[in-house]
Amino acid sequence: MAQKGARPYDRIGEQVFAKVDKINAELFTLTYGSIVTQLVKDYEDLGEVNTQLEKMGYNIGVRLIEEFLARSNVGRCADFTETAEVVAKVGFKMFLGITANVTDWDAEKKEFSLVLDDNPLTEFVELPESYNKLWYANILCGVIRGALEMVQMKVEATYVKCVLHGHDVSEIRVLLKEILTDEIPASMRDE
Amino acid sequence: MSVPYTFTIVGKNDNPLYEAEFASGVKAKEQAHHLSQFVIHSSIDLVEEAVWKSTAMNLKGVDRFGKSYISSFVTAGHIKFMLLHEKKEEDAIKGFFQDVYELYVKIAINPFYQLNTPITSVAFDSRVKKLGAKYF
Repeated sequence: MAQKGARPYDRIGEQVFAKVDKINAELFTLTYGSIVTQLVKDYEDLGEVNTQLEKMGYNIGVRLIEEFLARSNVGRCADFTETAEVVAKVGFKMFLGITANVTDWDAEKKEFSLVLDDNPLTEFVELPESYNKLWYANILCGVIRGALEMVQMKVEATYVKCVLHGHDVSEIRVLLKEILTDEIPASMRDE
Repeated sequence: MSVPYTFTIVGKNDNPLYEAEFASGVKAKEQAHHLSQFVIHSSIDLVEEAVWKSTAMNLKGVDRFGKSYISSFVTAGHIKFMLLHEKKEEDAIKGFFQDVYELYVKIAINPFYQLNTPITSVAFDSRVKKLGAKYF
């Protein structure tokens, strides 16, 4: 039972994907792989590596959103459900070449799951046994958080399932914490 | 009839990275296993010489030991696949080496795998054994 507005996003996603520059997938996968292994060597604690990946993703996300809005010409989203569709169908398609599925909305429509069938970041990767705590593609959670923060939505994105951990799909849970209203910067607040 | 094939992957420092045995009949005895290992390692010198004489990766037969033959396939990174076998089945061995090479490349591309270290992946192990059953 897809919403009436949902169909066009698939098409928009594909149109935008056709227009953007592409990079060799293996180069991308290997580069990300060496980033993760280097972080693991540097930080040693896997929880810390997850945090760093998320921070890196955040920095990417705050910049990525400009490119996204410029290229895709998607207008304002009416509500959070539409935001979710745009992220999954247009955003992921444009930058990773895959579409994600939006599932499992909670009752208040403030939380949803992004389900990824395959992910170019994790091609050919096999996690060693002791790496159970590592969310390999955690950078994506940061990207989602950073991008949505720039459009006034404060969200929390966390991995709940990952194919590298043996699950059949990867799943990111996105929770809307608050809609940010424009705040006067501290320097201008007095007077 | 038990015709055990012993397949070994040897790294750049003559260190063993992976071993497997395929027997189309009875399982090989412990002693024979050590002997096959010894035989394979003794032929590594010949492989090193043969590598520079040919541009192909598949060196086919490089050595003999009694009734057994030793075939070898050396990857671009000088990782040597060695096979100890009784029959001269060049085509089956060529196909086998090619398929194992593809599996090896996938392992090598894994960012968490350090090159020249033992291959511990269970998935790799089971796939190589399936290939062994398929070709031999």
